[in-house]
Amino acid sequence: MAKVVVVTSGKGGVGKTTSTAALGAALAQNGQSVVVVDFDIGLRNLDLMMGAERRVIFDLINVIQGSANLSQALIRDKRLENLYLLAASQTRDKNALTEKGVLQVISELRKKFDWVLCDSPAGIERGAVLAMKHADIAIIIANPEISSVRDSDRIIGLLDAKTERAKNGQEVEKHLLITRFDSSRAGTGEMLEVDDISDILSIPLLGVVPESKDILSASNLGIPVTLSNKNSTSAQAYSDAAKRLNKEDIPIIIPTKKRNFLAGWFSGRAA
Amino acid sequence: MLAQTRRSFSFQGRSFLAFVLAPSAPLHDWVQELEAWTAKSPDFFSKKPVILDLSGISLNKADFTEFLMLLRTRKFRLLSIEGVDPDWLEPELEPLADSKHNKDFQIAQSELVKSSLSVLQNTPDIKTLILNNPVRSGQSIHFPSGDVTIIGSVASGAEIISGGSIHIYGTLRGRAFAGSAGNEKARIFCNRFEAELLVIGGIYKSPENIDKDFYGKPVQAWLEGKMIKLKQME
Repeated sequence: MAKVVVVTSGKGGVGKTTSTAALGAALAQNGQSVVVVDFDIGLRNLDLMMGAERRVIFDLINVIQGSANLSQALIRDKRLENLYLLAASQTRDKNALTEKGVLQVISELRKKFDWVLCDSPAGIERGAVLAMKHADIAIIIANPEISSVRDSDRIIGLLDAKTERAKNGQEVEKHLLITRFDSSRAGTGEMLEVDDISDILSIPLLGVVPESKDILSASNLGIPVTLSNKNSTSAQAYSDAAKRLNKEDIPIIIPTKKRNFLAGWFSGRAA
Repeated sequence: MLAQTRRSFSFQGRSFLAFVLAPSAPLHDWVQELEAWTAKSPDFFSKKPVILDLSGISLNKADFTEFLMLLRTRKFRLLSIEGVDPDWLEPELEPLADSKHNKDFQIAQSELVKSSLSVLQNTPDIKTLILNNPVRSGQSIHFPSGDVTIIGSVASGAEIISGGSIHIYGTLRGRAFAGSAGNEKARIFCNRFEAELLVIGGIYKSPENIDKDFYGKPVQAWLEGKMIKLKQME
């Protein structure tokens, strides 16, 4: 049974697209068939993150408008044969998405894949609402800062109100993925703590991805970090999060400040 | 063949909940306070019906007109004005309200109106709204007819408007309006206090004026005179 996942946040720039690419690749590495769908019509980025920007001929809007069929628009990843991309249109805007068209595309994708990952645009408008509309699972991306957390809270409210599941009296399964967690600032009070964010949003934690240069270089190379640098801490965090989506029970590691010798000694003494 | 007889034209009375804005003297200070308030919540009054009660201050007609202009530019939607010389109210202005003479409600002595008046009597009906989920940012819970109990937290940017008391088994990070219909006996309880605003019976208190020691603690708030009091709960 296919699972439709929306990766959403409300706020922009928190790492939705990066996370969609990394999680999609990680799920595909586990042997499941995955499609990542870019819903950010007019501001597409997922094709860049997947390194497929020169291979986009048809996109989601073409499929919705019937000028291409789904198999023509699906782009197979060059590294993983069970990973596909459905790109957004860069020349159109969000109004080109229709409710009926989205439903049709999602239903078709459900038949073909184990996982359908929808990369939501920022905001709470039409595009974001259509991206979450048919989701069974929502991954809410939040950064450790109050504006991001409040926007995420707003999005959770919308997930409980505007999705098909909510309208049918069911609940969308919600997971919190904290990204851009700066371990050097953890514990200093400059940044919200993981516990505070979990407490405010009161949804289960899927993982904590540290802020890292590996992610930036992976984005620039057009390779999801889970493929480009598998052993990096951020890739590990995404891989673990993907396994948790598959209901594997893996303890969550919260990145902490790298302690120098003395600090370690003192905290060891204090404990 | 027109067997249907047209019923006589009828007027209906209906009671609504509206915010009463009652400026106090000196008006200049009051306006500054209002500005600070609307700066924090620019759209707070824009979609709420407001009745302007000017009985607490003395104005001349020019000041009155200017004051109305100021409120309009601040997106206030006035429903009615109270406590001014009726002669000042030009035809294009909002109609005069007179709550002090509420008893003389009979608009006209016609039998028609009298018969509908019984519907207007407030029937005390104790009700409670229980919410099993957290209230998320941007959500507004409006329950004018009784208490609201929330099993969960109220997020920053969310608001609870209750005709009675508000009970939050979680953290209050948003705004709580208890006794929204003027019930001064209403209280606000929360397991953890981090509120953005407390209002009881129309009297408000912003966190700036609340002792920092209450932050993060289980707190109850109630009205004493014209002041909101807070106390930590054990």
